[in-house]
Amino acid sequence: MSILVYTENWDGKFKKLSFELVSYASEIAKKMNTSAIALSIGKVEEDELQKLGNYGAEKIISVSDEKYKVLDNQTFSKIIAEVADKEDSEIIVFAHNNSGKALAPRVSVKLHAGLVSGVMALPSNFENFTVCKKAFTGKAIANVVIKSPKKVLTLSQNSFGLIESENSSTIENFSPEVSDADFTTKVKEVNKITGKVILTDAEIVVSGGRGMKSPDNWAPIEELAELLGAATACSRPVSDEEWRPHGEHVGQTGKIIAPNLYFALGISGAIQHLGGVSSSKYIVAINTDNEAPIFESADYGIVGDVHKLIPELISEIQELKKSES
Amino acid sequence: MKILICISNVPDTTTKIKFAGDNTEFDASGVQWIINPWDELALTRALELKEKSGGKIEKISVVSVGLKPAEPTLRKALAIGADDAFRIDCEAKDSYAVAAQIAEVAKDYDIIMCGIEASDYNGSAVGGMLSEFLNIPSISSVSGLDIEGDEILISREIDGGAEVLIAKIPLVAIVQKGIAIEPRIPSMRGIMMARKKPLNVVSPIEVEILTEFVNYELPPSKAACKMIDAENVKELVDLLHNEAKLI
Repeated sequence: MSILVYTENWDGKFKKLSFELVSYASEIAKKMNTSAIALSIGKVEEDELQKLGNYGAEKIISVSDEKYKVLDNQTFSKIIAEVADKEDSEIIVFAHNNSGKALAPRVSVKLHAGLVSGVMALPSNFENFTVCKKAFTGKAIANVVIKSPKKVLTLSQNSFGLIESENSSTIENFSPEVSDADFTTKVKEVNKITGKVILTDAEIVVSGGRGMKSPDNWAPIEELAELLGAATACSRPVSDEEWRPHGEHVGQTGKIIAPNLYFALGISGAIQHLGGVSSSKYIVAINTDNEAPIFESADYGIVGDVHKLIPELISEIQELKKSES
Repeated sequence: MKILICISNVPDTTTKIKFAGDNTEFDASGVQWIINPWDELALTRALELKEKSGGKIEKISVVSVGLKPAEPTLRKALAIGADDAFRIDCEAKDSYAVAAQIAEVAKDYDIIMCGIEASDYNGSAVGGMLSEFLNIPSISSVSGLDIEGDEILISREIDGGAEVLIAKIPLVAIVQKGIAIEPRIPSMRGIMMARKKPLNVVSPIEVEILTEFVNYELPPSKAACKMIDAENVKELVDLLHNEAKLI
């Protein structure tokens, strides 16, 4: 038996998210008296793979080949299911991100394993295997039982911390039988925006609403985001007006995010907006209207003008950074 | 070419969520039902593609798993412009069962589109599972879909940008905002025509239920917002630094 965790890489590197996943899988493994195995697909150097061991993966299986540079759902899920069989994995853990959402459902069908996506914590019961997740877009928390012997979980972002381990780990290279015909999609072009923090896995998100008044007023938001290593986002009216790209729209019909810190700047906080951001650990709201619903969901609030307050916020944070360094 | 849109019948996004039976089930009393927003965008894109296809796309169907109360939602999809609808006559128990049911009607379609998640149980799973049941390719996080000759051009969001992929049919596209921007609203004529369009009721197959939502709780209520004076932005930074320890 084992717990298998799929650890995606970004240009050959792992992220904090990968280590959180391994920490999570290792804690489950401890409770179930078994071992956690990390699976990496794509070209990753040995010293990078070794880092997964620092968070409790006893074995790291590496399918290291340039041909796995671009995610192909059919091929990747085939490899993951093959490794899960080989390692007799009872639970397979994915991130609840773009690739996890693409692969976990396919692996679940291949293994005839019940899937719960967006899990928020360790299982609350191992006998009658129970996990909790958000439902109704953050308006409720549900306890879900998985009845099948094999189980697939996707772990919600920023919901589990890092736990370091002293245990030793081994790296095993694995070459699955994959032919060119297995790859079902071809890449025509890749348009990468470098240096931008990804909205869906950002720890801090700086978001602007209609209160920003005009697309020309976004420079302070960008500046604040850069200062904090944060991603930028916006409310629906802002993307509808095409002040900002649609990919930045957070809310019930846009992206649903769960950062540690969310800045709602000039956002009134309609229920649909809150649906997309209510899983944030902390919300800071700045709005001229002291009755804006956003203040009911916020942890810290200032009633005032964003145009005056964002630059002040930036300079105060710069002061803080200066005093820390 | 035929396109199938998988539709989840979900509570309106403004619904106040309540539970019944000692918090073991969703209380559906008084709830307005809608087409899951991402599924509605998928339908909108499919209609746009059909209109410019010059007859190449012969049919757009919609399918939903649910009991009779799900029918108004399917009728709405017909009013927006789908040609026919299927209702698989059983409760939507979990993603696995829903995907297994839909696989039965999806076999004849070239492009199958599903929303990236449903706003009720937030599973993000039916599209991927369906593609596996059908053993066909799937592409997730799709924010653009075009047809050029025999090729399907798909733009997929990736971390830090987008990829344009060339895919072949049959295919499951799991879509998000960007695939279309504004959902269509049914016209009066559309609503009249929808009454005459076929809404087929399909008997379900036997599927094992692998997961069960056993009970619900409401998220812990938030402590009152700590208000900070607009003249004292420094206090906010101090709180974020010392109390929340986030910056």
